[in-house]
Amino acid sequence: MDFLARIWRHEESRAVVIQILVILAVFGSFGWLISNLVTNFAALNKNFGFDFLSQPAGYDINQTLVEYTNRSSHLRAAFVGLLNTFLVAVFGIILATIMGVILGIIRLSNNWLARNVTYWYIEFTRNVPILLHILLWHGIIINTLPRPKNAYNFGDISFLTNRGFYVPEPIAETGIAAVYLAVVAAIVFAVFFKRHAKKLQAETGRQLPVFGVNLAVLIAVPALAFVVSGSPVSFEYPVLKGFNFKGGMHLLPEFVALTFALAIYTAAFIAENVRAGILAIHKGQREAAEALGLRPGRVMSLVILPQARRVIIPPLTSQYLNLTKNSSLAIAIGYMDLVATLGGITLNQTGREIETMLLVMGMYLIISLSISMAMNWYNSSVKLVDR
Amino acid sequence: MADKQTYAPGSHPDLPPPPGTIGIVGWLRTNLFSSVNNTILSLITIYFLYWLIQSVAGWFVLDAVVDASSRAECREIDSGACWAVITKRIGQFVYGFYPHAERWRPNVAFVLLFVAVAPLLYPKTPMRRQLLWFSAAYPFVAYFLICGGILGLPEVGTNTFGGFMLTMIVGVTGISASLPLGIALSLGRQSRLLSVRVISIAFIEFMRGVPLITLLFVASTMLNYFLPPGTTFNLLLRVLIMVTFFASAYIAEVIRGGIQAIPKGQYEAADAMGLNYWQTTRLVTLPQALKISIPGIVNTFIGLYKDTTLVVVIGLLDPLGIGRAALADAKWNGLSTETYLFVALFFFVSCFAMSRYSLWLENRLSTEHK
Amino acid sequence: MKKILIAMAGLAGVVAATSANAGTLEDVRDRGHLNCVVNTGLTGFASPDDAGNWTGFDVEFCRAVAAAVLGDASKVEFVTATGKTRFTKLAAGEGEILSRNTTWTFSRDVDLAQTFIGVNYYDGQAFMVPAALGVSSASELDGASVCIQTGTTTELNLAEYFSSNGMSYEPVPIETNAEARESYLAGRCDVYTTDGSGLAATRATFDAPDAHVILPEIVSKEPLGPVVREGDDNWADIVSWTLKAMMAGEELGITSANAAQLGAQVNDNPEINRLLGVDPLQGAEQAGLSSDWALNILSQVGNYAESFERNLTPLGLSRGMNALARDGGLHYIPPIK
Repeated sequence: MDFLARIWRHEESRAVVIQILVILAVFGSFGWLISNLVTNFAALNKNFGFDFLSQPAGYDINQTLVEYTNRSSHLRAAFVGLLNTFLVAVFGIILATIMGVILGIIRLSNNWLARNVTYWYIEFTRNVPILLHILLWHGIIINTLPRPKNAYNFGDISFLTNRGFYVPEPIAETGIAAVYLAVVAAIVFAVFFKRHAKKLQAETGRQLPVFGVNLAVLIAVPALAFVVSGSPVSFEYPVLKGFNFKGGMHLLPEFVALTFALAIYTAAFIAENVRAGILAIHKGQREAAEALGLRPGRVMSLVILPQARRVIIPPLTSQYLNLTKNSSLAIAIGYMDLVATLGGITLNQTGREIETMLLVMGMYLIISLSISMAMNWYNSSVKLVDR
Repeated sequence: MADKQTYAPGSHPDLPPPPGTIGIVGWLRTNLFSSVNNTILSLITIYFLYWLIQSVAGWFVLDAVVDASSRAECREIDSGACWAVITKRIGQFVYGFYPHAERWRPNVAFVLLFVAVAPLLYPKTPMRRQLLWFSAAYPFVAYFLICGGILGLPEVGTNTFGGFMLTMIVGVTGISASLPLGIALSLGRQSRLLSVRVISIAFIEFMRGVPLITLLFVASTMLNYFLPPGTTFNLLLRVLIMVTFFASAYIAEVIRGGIQAIPKGQYEAADAMGLNYWQTTRLVTLPQALKISIPGIVNTFIGLYKDTTLVVVIGLLDPLGIGRAALADAKWNGLSTETYLFVALFFFVSCFAMSRYSLWLENRLSTEHK
Repeated sequence: MKKILIAMAGLAGVVAATSANAGTLEDVRDRGHLNCVVNTGLTGFASPDDAGNWTGFDVEFCRAVAAAVLGDASKVEFVTATGKTRFTKLAAGEGEILSRNTTWTFSRDVDLAQTFIGVNYYDGQAFMVPAALGVSSASELDGASVCIQTGTTTELNLAEYFSSNGMSYEPVPIETNAEARESYLAGRCDVYTTDGSGLAATRATFDAPDAHVILPEIVSKEPLGPVVREGDDNWADIVSWTLKAMMAGEELGITSANAAQLGAQVNDNPEINRLLGVDPLQGAEQAGLSSDWALNILSQVGNYAESFERNLTPLGLSRGMNALARDGGLHYIPPIK
């Protein structure tokens, strides 16, 4: 007894005791849960395993970024779903960031009307559940756009219908390598030219027309290569055949609705973060920049935003994470993401609730952690270096 | 030639301000048309507002039908929105299938909720100390009031819960139950003990890394496998447990922010006074951290409150679910826009009110000089 | 902090660890009402009316069971479930019966711990298209966009049908009937596929039901029926014979209008006498049923035909396979002896 009391009184040994107890408690409860699982599975004659992943999925998916048929395996179906989740997340994040920054800046504009309209817009958008946004946007898109027979026709090559936006699909032919090479060369030139111009400006104060030159090079060089190598791209055009347009590429309305809804909802939050970030910049910075004679646009882009960035990024990261996780609501309107394929149809077909949900959660966890890591890395690269 | 009046320096009476800088014109000029860009922005906004009002107002209000017994009847009366689907079913939207005769009980519980949270959220409440005891007892009171089973109140099954009442139950229980767990997790995350820290971080990151909808699936389809055979668990309770776990991870992060904002000197002072870890936590860390975190906690609550709409995916009838059930009635089919807009409006009003409160709190708590 | 602890204690109080097996009948009688798992909203089968009362074919079956065991068809509370959560809700003891157009399959009966007690509706997956398309057979649907209600075996049947006929299609899988319906009406899809009854139910709610046709092809067998938990044979018997009593009612010409009268007199047909408790029915007492169990069902809810006509006929569904065997359908009732 005395011995135990002594251990407890000594800070370091007490720490060890507590840690052991905690570990025992956690492992104990995990063990309890798993033993229950085993008992229940035995009672139900179920077994645990991932062999179902190699069996044919048997169902079709409407948007496949990689080759997939209903004879492909469940694993393949899950992968297709994962890519679809990625696609929506990436487009959603890009769109949300652009919209959010613009809204955040307008929110601080000295135009009374624009400021207040934006305010109410943001408040309305962010105080309505995301699921409703998705349902409303989907409803709007499929109800207002025309059916394939009355499609909006853009020069007989692109068509807009409530089943998607159809555009010609470029098909590479021999000789395309020259064009790819030209693109790479143009990008390399642009990067070097920008660096050179920056150095020149720092040394001599002379400014080169970087944007114009780079734009010209980026367009002209690949175009030249394209002509020289004999236009090695042919297009497959969408044509109305029977019920639907066939051929070409097309953007599903479910994808558009989901991306829009996610972007608009998240943009409202980002706008508030941007506003807070801008307000956090000391007034003196703006005044100094204005005193130097910078125009308002430049004050924003050269002085305020680069500094505000540091304040904005941490909350921005969680908005990106939220957007990605919210994309799982795709199930409500029939966009085939990870939850709809692996956690939906596959789960229903195979009855493997535990295994499929483990996989789904694991994948979301990986995506979330990668976004966090990427943003942390970016954050540390723009951080103020304390000297 | 008028006389040229002379003034001693400093004695000239004030001249009226130049025209165009005061009154409506001045206001318009400084606020809407101060530059070319601003003028363009204003014109675009005005046009947008005009378009919005003239395209929506008619449908929304002027041509709308409030009283009818079916969609077909609505259409006969006028061409606008058919709000009758809402007015006819407002009871369901609010209480779900809670028995008519007993609906006063959730009403009382709802009113008491404000009495219970007032001393927590508004420090100048009269008789705060006594009321805090009521706050402590409130979960009990609300539970027995709503579920019944004692004092002659008939028992009401949780399967009858629905509509906004369900939203409130999930939201309020989720937040109040997740608060202690969140505090524990945030302390665990800051702990000097490695195993405690690792477990807290793993739990927090897991809960924040997966979508709520997958957790709800787990609650609805899998939780039973992890419990001893024969245990049956009410679905609402399973959902509440998952929601609590989910919210506690977010609360933990909010409180961690609060803890990190406490100046180092506070700990050093506590150490110097010879306080041990628990004393420091109880007397120094938490009182300060929780106070700073209140706006964040309110924001988490708003998020959770909105997320309760996801329970519709597992078959609970929240306002959205009630709306869908209404749409399945042959009489009201095809009124999805009205239904969804109504639910959206409800969430907007309640969440907006809460976010105003959180903003007010933030301003009150901020000690920064502006 | 104390408040929270008390809250937890309050929550813990809700957890009721009860045995899921045996004694279901006693549980129901003790509680005073039956819990029944139904659809979250499918016209004709289960949907709440303006006053919050559930109506529909599946709902009436629950009421019939309540009438049989409690003597009062109104003593039912309804638990809603989606296609995904229904079996769990039954397994978790949230209802004594799952009456939610559930297809009877080998694996659901054998693999999952539950018992199908019969078929109350013979169904099959079908296709619905707008009449304006001029399509008369599913084999003309090559290249169409197809809206699917997910959560069942619908996707597999569809994929199999199209690939075995060498046709292509664009699947648009949607979780609930409400959204699928909206997509179909907006022209997002050319075709809507789900169980034939579901299609009819959905079609009946359109502004112009006649502008849509259900194609003759049935691509799957979907015998729908109520389900109970495995392990309580007595309860399964009661639920099963409730269904049979409704059908027997139709066969013997007992309706809600004449049941009380027939039950108060001695009839020429001994089967009617046994069913309505005029003569003793061997075994009813052992099963825990009162002698007027079937009388309660038939007088309070009505027979199978009445329930069908009340709920499904208005949707444009005909009896077809769901007629009694004597009328050329599939419902064959074992003798009430």
